[in-house]
Amino acid sequence: MKTKQYEIEPISEDTLIVNMGPQHPATHGVLRVVVELDGETVVKATPVIGYLHTGIEKTMESKTYSQVIPLTDRMDYVANLSNNLGYCLAVEKLLDIESPPKAQFVRVLLTELTRIASHLVWVGSHAHDIGVATMFLYAFRERELLLDLFELVSGQRMMTSYFRIGGLAKDIPDGFDSKVKEISRVFPEKIDDYESLLTKNRIWLMRTKGVGVISKEDALDCGLSGPILRGCGVRWDLRKSNPYSGYERFEFDVPTGTSGDIFDRYLVRVNEMRQSLRIVKQALEGIPEGDFIARVPGVTLPPKEEVFESMEALIFHFKTIVDGFCAPRGEVYHSIESPKGELGFYIVSDGTPKPYRVKVRPPCFVNLSALNKLVSGRLLADMVATIGSIDIVLGEIDR
Amino acid sequence: MDSVTLKKLKEKFSDLILEVIEFRGELTFIIKKEDLIKVCQFLKSDPELKYNFLSDVCGVDFPQKEKRFEVVYNLYSVPNRWRVRLKVRVREGESVPSATSVWSAANWMEREVYDMFGVKFDNHPDLRRILMPDDWIGHPLRKDFPLTKEEITFGYNKDEKPEILE
Repeated sequence: MKTKQYEIEPISEDTLIVNMGPQHPATHGVLRVVVELDGETVVKATPVIGYLHTGIEKTMESKTYSQVIPLTDRMDYVANLSNNLGYCLAVEKLLDIESPPKAQFVRVLLTELTRIASHLVWVGSHAHDIGVATMFLYAFRERELLLDLFELVSGQRMMTSYFRIGGLAKDIPDGFDSKVKEISRVFPEKIDDYESLLTKNRIWLMRTKGVGVISKEDALDCGLSGPILRGCGVRWDLRKSNPYSGYERFEFDVPTGTSGDIFDRYLVRVNEMRQSLRIVKQALEGIPEGDFIARVPGVTLPPKEEVFESMEALIFHFKTIVDGFCAPRGEVYHSIESPKGELGFYIVSDGTPKPYRVKVRPPCFVNLSALNKLVSGRLLADMVATIGSIDIVLGEIDR
Repeated sequence: MDSVTLKKLKEKFSDLILEVIEFRGELTFIIKKEDLIKVCQFLKSDPELKYNFLSDVCGVDFPQKEKRFEVVYNLYSVPNRWRVRLKVRVREGESVPSATSVWSAANWMEREVYDMFGVKFDNHPDLRRILMPDDWIGHPLRKDFPLTKEEITFGYNKDEKPEILE
């Protein structure tokens, strides 16, 4: 039987090795951490990953470019649309095409709602981990609203695969506007509710202030990105620094923290939800009329009405589905600001309809690699809080 | 793409750069593996460039080439918002110097390259498999790794005689 064994030599005779996970409620999946303890103090924490490795990158090599999109859903399964977007933008860069303005607005709107959904899962489960159990129910209750909207547009609550190379899978449905308007009406006061429950909560403050601290320099050196890096005070957000999908059109702020502890990461995430709502509002008002997918014969599917009437369109439709399209030889790296940090796709093309190599740069993978730096020298109980604060999704780490 | 990086690197390391590729506004330098750390150090510490963020390290396998593995470093400069890509090409069995001394982020990324391609990294603090089981044979992302073979997860225990019910 193939096993993931990991033997560790204790530093001294007084230390004790404790296994945390892979089955543990606070490890958010199948993360295993081998912790070396001196009394209750953590001397060294070594994460062991790979329990959820499904070979997504290998599978991508045997699929056509469009067939890869559903695989990206299964990586970060609480922020599917962000993964779809990252991959589609990378392929669009490779093909040198651009999606029409309508698709760009809808993409921005939906990925910002995905950010809120992802942060809700984080705030709910993290609060549950460290003793504020009611928060979990509130966060998941509001997340349902977002999942309902995703179901409305794509037919799926979680594995959406709604974005296509060059635009969207289909036009936005009737009732989309009213649903988004309801979300942007409901959410501001709900976020205030969360804050009134947590921000001045004594238990919350004691468990988060001054815990899991990392300095600016260390964070950059370790490759941390996303809210965890902004919590240290580095104002770096790819939506602002290297705008994609028309983010330069929208007005929003990048919230940052100062001390780099768990509390600052929490504040960053809560404020990011507010900023996302701002973007959602602007995007909904600005959705232009027009095509929802670029018209690139051979790459994107022709409009359905044409397929029913024109022979040429029918042939293109058939050929594009069956053969896929050949991308030019070359390689691109494109990254987006996913709810967890920098999500990058590095695609190598050899000119065939299938990608030669797709490498995903998962933000959680890199963020988790700094775990030892965050927890060593602290108490074991802080470890649960720190793992939670990184916001890991093992589907993305192990791929 | 930025011309400053191109100019600076060409000035400083004109003899070390094997090839420069520009594609879709992205800049790729192919360098010798011996010079990797020197170039990385320069890119990170130069006051104008400041490539202080290692986005990604990844491997690509070209089994038909003599130097079959490419190890790719995607760098980002947070102050300048620039990206650049470095590449080294190695034969099978050859090792690459580890970039962990320049960015500690390289630790797990290089472990993944080792796990998936079998490229070894010199002076790496902790070069073990990361995603695959410790006793796994082979490196799954190599192009010649058999796709149809299925690993036996639970085998019949041959040391013990099967129990016969009468």
